[in-house]
Order: sequence, then C-alpha cells, then structure tokens
Amino acid sequence: MKSLFLRQHSVLPGFGLALGFTSLYLSTIVLIPLSAAFIKTAVLSWEQFWSIVTASRVVASYELTFGASLLAATINAAYGLVVAWVLVRYRFPGKRVIDALVDMPFALPTAVAGIALTAIYAPNGWIGRILLRWGIKVAFTPLGVLVALVFIGLPFVVRTVQPVLEDLEADLEEAAATLGADRWQTFTRVIFPTVMPALLTGFALAFARAVGEYGSVIFIAGNMPMVSEITPLIIITKLEQYDYTGATAVAVVMLIVSFLLLLLINCLQWLSRRREAAA
Amino acid sequence: MSMTWDDVGTAEVLLGFSPTPAVRRGAREEPALARIALIAVAFAFLTLFLFVPLVAVFTEALRKGWSAYITAILEPDAWSAIKLTLLAAAIAVPLNLVFGVAAAWAIAKFEFRGKSVLITLIDLPFSVSPVIAGLIYVLIFGLQGWMGHWLSDHDIRIVFAVPGIVLATIFVTFPFVARELIPLMEAQGNEEEEAAVVLGANGWQVFRRVTLPNIKWGLLYGVILCNARAMGEFGAVSVVSGHVRGQTNTMPLHVEILYNEYNFAAAFAVASLLALLALVTLVLKTLVEWQVNRQLKGNENEH
Repeated sequence: MKSLFLRQHSVLPGFGLALGFTSLYLSTIVLIPLSAAFIKTAVLSWEQFWSIVTASRVVASYELTFGASLLAATINAAYGLVVAWVLVRYRFPGKRVIDALVDMPFALPTAVAGIALTAIYAPNGWIGRILLRWGIKVAFTPLGVLVALVFIGLPFVVRTVQPVLEDLEADLEEAAATLGADRWQTFTRVIFPTVMPALLTGFALAFARAVGEYGSVIFIAGNMPMVSEITPLIIITKLEQYDYTGATAVAVVMLIVSFLLLLLINCLQWLSRRREAAA
Repeated sequence: MSMTWDDVGTAEVLLGFSPTPAVRRGAREEPALARIALIAVAFAFLTLFLFVPLVAVFTEALRKGWSAYITAILEPDAWSAIKLTLLAAAIAVPLNLVFGVAAAWAIAKFEFRGKSVLITLIDLPFSVSPVIAGLIYVLIFGLQGWMGHWLSDHDIRIVFAVPGIVLATIFVTFPFVARELIPLMEAQGNEEEEAAVVLGANGWQVFRRVTLPNIKWGLLYGVILCNARAMGEFGAVSVVSGHVRGQTNTMPLHVEILYNEYNFAAAFAVASLLALLALVTLVLKTLVEWQVNRQLKGNENEH
C-alpha cells in the first residue's frame, strides 16, 4: 500500500494503518450508505424517476427550499459582512461576548432554534405581534422558513470574512487615502475585492446548509403542501408512507445539488488560496 | 480600561507607524456617524435573530414557574431521553475522535495520491441534508433494505432502535475532529516527530509524547463541537428513531413530541437544557480557542 500511494518517502511510521483505517471508516459510515441511495434509485426507469422528482408538489418544494435558501444566504452575506466588519474594526462594550455568541446557531440544536423562533414570530409572539400590526405574518408561512434559514446560516459568512478582514494590510488603505480616495471608494475599490472570495465562500456554505436544513424549519413553516413545505420534509413524508423509492429519488436530486455545491465551495476556496499565494 | 467608540487602527499602533493624525483618521476609519450606524445595524440583526430566540427559550421554559420546570425535566420519559442522548454522544464522539486523529495523521504527515479527494470526501457529511443521512441507513438496515431480511431473521434491530440513532449521530458529526486537526497538524510540520523517530522512539511514543501535546487543544476544540452536534442532532436521528417514547427518543426528539402535544412549557424546559449545553459549548470553545492561539503564537516565536 505504501509504495502504491506514497509520493515521498517518510521516516514517520503508521501511514498504512492510518490511511487504511481512515478509508475503511469513511467507506463504512459515509460512502457505502450514500451509494445505497443511488443504487436504490437505479431500479427506477428514467421516466419513473423523472415523474417522481418533477411532481408538482415536489417542484413547489424545490422552489421554496432553493428560493428561501438563496434569499437567506444573501441576507446573511450582507449582514454577515457588517457584523464581521464591526467585530474586527470597532471597539465597544461586550464585543467578546457577542463575538462568541455569533457561533450560537452552530451550537444550538436545530429543534430548539425551531421552537424558539416559532414562539417569537407566531402571531402572539414578541416580534410576531408587532409585525402582525403591519399585516405581516411570519410563522406558518414561507417567510417563517426564511427566518429559520437566516438563523442557521448566520455564522458562516461572519466566520469566513472575519479572518480576511483581520489580515488586511493597513498600508493598502492608507495608500488609497493618500492618493485621495474617500472612505467609500477605499471600501469598494480596495477592501471589497479582497474580501469577495471569502464572502462568496461564506455565502455558498450558508446556502448549502440551508438547502438541507430540516429541524429549525419544520416548526415555523406550517408545512402546507405547495406553499410552505420544504424538500427534506417531502422525503420524510414519503418515508412515513413507506414510499422508500419515492423518498430516495427526491433525496438523490438533493444529493446531486449538494455535491455540486461542495464542488463549487472547494473551487472558491482553492481560488482564494491561490490569490493569497499570489499576494 | 476605558471603553470608547473610538478605535485607533491597531495595526498602526503595533507597527509603531504613525502618520499625521489627519491621514490616519481618513485612512482606516469611517466617520463617527457611519461607525455608529454600522454597529447599530449589526446589533439589530444579531438581536433579532440570536439574542431574542435565546432569551425566549428560557422565558417560555419558566412560564409556568420553577416547579413545573423541574417536573418536566425529572419526568421519566424526559430522563430516558437525556440518557439516550448522552449514550449516543458517548459512542459517536470517541469513534469520530479516533477517526479524526487517524485521518489527520495520514493527511497532514504524508504526501500521497488522492489526498485532496480524501479531504473532500471527509467533508461530505456536512453538505448532506440530515434527513438524507437518516434515510440512507433506513435503506440499508430497514425491513425493505439490503440487510433487512438477514437482520430480522437474526432478530437484530438497527433502524428504529438505538444502534440506528448512534449510526446517524456518527454520520452527522463525522468531519468535526478531522477537520480541526488536519490544518493544525499541517501547520506544525513533521520535524519534531522525525527527530523523535531518529532518536529511537516507536510510533506510539512519537504520537503520545510529541504529537499529542502539540495538538491537544485543537483536539479538544474538535471534540467540543462534535459533542454539541451529537447531542443536538434532530433531522437524521428523527428518521431512524421510530419515536418510541421513553425508548428511542433523544432530547431533541422529546422536545418535538412535547411541542406537538401543545405541552409548550415542558417542551421549552427540555429545550432549555439543550440551550444551556449550547452556551457551555460556546464558553468552552472560546476558552480553547484562546489556548490554541496562544500555542500557535508560541510555536511562531520558537521558530
């Protein structure tokens, strides 16, 4: 195995064991089970598969899932950039606590987030009550889905942009100012292009997470077919009806989208690393 | 320490670089009004989406008073959910820890073919919907699944029972430790380990005496995140659990059941335990992060 894989001789021991165990564990837990989904779907003819994954109720769920995820990731990109900027550049009381709390959506179980957001944004909740006065209903509508997805995607952009802002060289901005640029010009022409790859990576990560999200959404969504039903819920509903093939077919569509997103994220990260190396 | 809204560019202070005040103000700072506006926007966003939900969990949990709160937590079904959650995490976290160390050892210490593919595959569980993570185990171990017949002949239950819950938990927490360790061990290089081997240490000694002390904080960091996710997982576990009260319900699933029964105070009481876990996780994580940074700085100073 060593001679087959190793590119460079090393005096360190344990390569065969470590790589062997890693591959075995990865295959057992992740790869073989995931391939089960594709193999299960292979029993369907193309027409059968196509009619399952393009049924109107399923298509409505894609529109909601991908639309709300895209919108949530965009909101997170905009506000995440502001939060990262404020945390890196300014000093204010409670800054370290807030910095730590940004990771809350990573640490808080999604079911807890789901019921908490529902309680707040329900028509009789703290914020829902105020919004209802303006005629806006959040909980049990597609807007509720958006709120949940913004919550779970919140840390991604902040955490990818923060280190880039921290490493930003002061002389670039000073040079821009010396050459007569005002603050807004410096931001749009100097800072923003540098931050852009990280911002895109954070956006893609938030989007990928939102597409697959289940726990925080189902409580607040209301789960009405054709209106506020997300794709992961379609899979669950089909499973509960013992329609394993149908559930798996929809899952395969989602898996393909996830793989494409993963590929995109890897490309983005590779690009930003190359930029860094060039600079 | 005086807290001011005024921030002198820290880089300039550190570099001992002090241009004329006029240039410095303009160069790295926005006008005061813009600064306050940006901080206000950040605060409003975080309040709406982070702080209010967190406060709501505890307020709702205590809505019917402390005695109702305690009853909800000590109730037998809640108790068995707590135990099952702890059990699932106690199996999943150590397994993923061993895997993470093995994967990081192979990836960070050696150059081999297919390395970047392997790294991508390790990240895979993060981009798979939790619902699908549960589904794939049903496809293999469920009654209609590949191994369904064999398992039912031998009277072994995996899906809709505890082993399925553990498997789903392992899947969703799979990358955490490996992901934390790979960049850390890559940054530390091979020199210390190579020196130990040349001096006659065996593999285990090299790992225990040289590598482990260098990665212990990073390792702990990965374990903390892995544990938080393991205890809080909902979607994947929900698919494979079978939802038998008192038997195959984890804490998040118990929260769901109580909530769907309109027993809101009890649902939020159990949820508040999970929220406390999240807060403890964040505190530990911050402390460990601080240690990792200190260690990295120490390493830099040595070289």
